[in-house]
Amino acid sequence: MQVARVIGDVVSSHKNPALQGLKLLVLQPLGAAHEPVGRTLVAADAMGAGIGEIVFFVRGREASFPWLPAEVPVDAGIVGIVDHFDVVRSGRQS
Amino acid sequence: MILAKVVGTVVATRKDPRLESQKLMVARPMDPGGKPEGVYLVAVDTVDAGVGETVLIVSGSSARMAAGMKDCPVDAAIVGIIDLIEVSGA
Repeated sequence: MQVARVIGDVVSSHKNPALQGLKLLVLQPLGAAHEPVGRTLVAADAMGAGIGEIVFFVRGREASFPWLPAEVPVDAGIVGIVDHFDVVRSGRQS
Repeated sequence: MILAKVVGTVVATRKDPRLESQKLMVARPMDPGGKPEGVYLVAVDTVDAGVGETVLIVSGSSARMAAGMKDCPVDAAIVGIIDLIEVSGA
């Protein structure tokens, strides 16, 4: 799983029937210092997250598990809302 | 899932039988602002998208879960046509 910030949402009225009712959010993955890292992506939201919140999400087929037994075609899904996260750096800092 | 712009179509006469009658599109991934990024990819179209439209692409084994693609040898499927992308300033 990865930590990301919710930076936006996506509206799609014409979509695969299996995606009906799902909330789709734009995520920006974050690094240890909460800085943006890597490409943005679109994830299905199983948790009721909102724009600006920090969340963690799962990639791959497992992203569809929150909706079981329905098989929804998603490859990224928000599975938790992060209250706060810290990274403790050990050793020398460069 | 990733956002992408449909930039073309693929025609293939000889292909896996399970891909017959599937529509294949060439798509260019993009960021929420519309800037192209990454490499072109070929995706099966499940929503009748057209060239020039912004779409949502699901990749990996999840692509097969889109309607009507059971056991299809695909790793990318267009599952939605995007009307609107809202990104906050943050």
